[in-house]
Amino acid sequence: MKKLINNPEFVVEEMLQGMVKAYPQYVKKLEGYNVIVRKDAPVKGKVALVSGGGSGHEPSHAGFVGKGMLDAGVAGNVFTSPTPDQIFEAIKAVDGGAGVLLIIKNYTGDVMNFEMAGEMAQTEGINVASVIVNDDVAVENSTYTVGRRGIAGTVFVHKIAGAKAQAGGTLEEVKAVAEKVIKNVRSMGMALTPCIVPAAGKPNFTLADDEMEIGMGIHGEPGTMRTKLMKADEVVDHLMSKILKDLPYNSGDEVAVMINGLGGTPLMELFIMNKRVSEILDQNGIKVYKTFVGEYMTSLEMAGGSITLLKLDDELKELLDAPADTPAFKQL
Amino acid sequence: MPVTAKELIEILRDIYENISANKEYLTQLDSAIGDADHGINLTKGFKSVMEKIENMGDKDCGSILKTVGMTLVSTVGGASGPLYGTAFMRAGQVVAQKTSIDFEDYIKILEAALDGIKTRGKAEKGEKTIVDTLEPAIEEIKINKDKGKDIALELSLKAAEKGMEYTKEIIAKKGRASYLGERSIGHQDPGATSCYIILKTVADKILKK
Repeated sequence: MKKLINNPEFVVEEMLQGMVKAYPQYVKKLEGYNVIVRKDAPVKGKVALVSGGGSGHEPSHAGFVGKGMLDAGVAGNVFTSPTPDQIFEAIKAVDGGAGVLLIIKNYTGDVMNFEMAGEMAQTEGINVASVIVNDDVAVENSTYTVGRRGIAGTVFVHKIAGAKAQAGGTLEEVKAVAEKVIKNVRSMGMALTPCIVPAAGKPNFTLADDEMEIGMGIHGEPGTMRTKLMKADEVVDHLMSKILKDLPYNSGDEVAVMINGLGGTPLMELFIMNKRVSEILDQNGIKVYKTFVGEYMTSLEMAGGSITLLKLDDELKELLDAPADTPAFKQL
Repeated sequence: MPVTAKELIEILRDIYENISANKEYLTQLDSAIGDADHGINLTKGFKSVMEKIENMGDKDCGSILKTVGMTLVSTVGGASGPLYGTAFMRAGQVVAQKTSIDFEDYIKILEAALDGIKTRGKAEKGEKTIVDTLEPAIEEIKINKDKGKDIALELSLKAAEKGMEYTKEIIAKKGRASYLGERSIGHQDPGATSCYIILKTVADKILKK
């Protein structure tokens, strides 16, 4: 394993310290907790947004803490949900009296830990609501699974719910718009290489030089299908067919597109993916309203990417366009 | 039996040592169907537990178990933290204020732990989880408790082991392993395995006692 780290045990702590040193104008760290909050937290009278999860997905989640997006990002160990006490501290630190929305990705651990933290906060009289993001179409949404995973589409939830909160929405309104995003966002990813959890020291699975994994999660967990390496266009065709099938689209619909690198993918390849995505949308009469290409929800050094489509209406467009100013997402 | 507070701390130390000794194995099981951190996180959790309860020998068993639960919840993370944490917290409620735990108490502890795990994880037997080890163990210990503690414990442990091994045969319906669908067959569940390690550690200590 080649990694530029000091000690696997301290990677999260050291990363957060470095992050705060990089962006003191945006964020601060809660002393004794792996929690990053807005520098001006709590923002009085504004609904606060708390998200988080395992580390290794940088810039998610703490990179999206700032004006117009999140109020707190809670960082667990690598690929491990943060614990309730950490989440609870985050909630307390950002509650500005208007309530707190927890944005949770649909993983058993995350859901349980955030639920426990929510229960703790409720007993302290803090008004807490939560939404669970499940945008990954790779996972069959059946009674045999715990449902679908939350992946890069979560960033659109941060952005849009964050804009609603910034605009003075109530907790119910912010939650409702977050749910609307969840209902209209779909993603799917693929990987060319696995990734290595620092504490484990070796990859979770291996892929031969001529193999790829389709339907990857973002934790180095195996995907839903292993295939021979395909050309970029073929990969995109496969992912897009799954994504488009999952929601009824009509000609004339508008979408926001996110091409998300998983950590080890050159931008060159992400743009190549985007070229094909736009061609397919064009063929289907679907209009691209806005495109985001880059690293939003990574999986350590995994090579690969995910495609996210968010179907838009006027309300979502307006909130997507609203200004945001965070370390990893800036929009004038 | 009965187990005093000091002996309870010894049992918990044994649990820590056995989980720690199996860290690589548990992690390896978790790499096959999960995210490869079960052994690492659980070891870290029980290590913190030992630091917290080392000097609680003069406290009641309920307080000790509650501290174990709180510590696991706040150190393990993932799904195991809330599940094992809830289990130990519920166990602590059963023996609140008690200075020792007898065999009847132990059965109640197991029942409370199972109930806590099922409530928090919304899981049932047959879904490739901790429950597949724990529930058969409890059923067996209850059926056989009139045959005496040692026989009941031996049979209970056998049932737990069988339950753990049975997780190889079934599809995961909970947690990250469930995303693998059919691909999860053939792999033993890491949670069911760590649960067996814990049950076996306790039994080893209280058998013939």
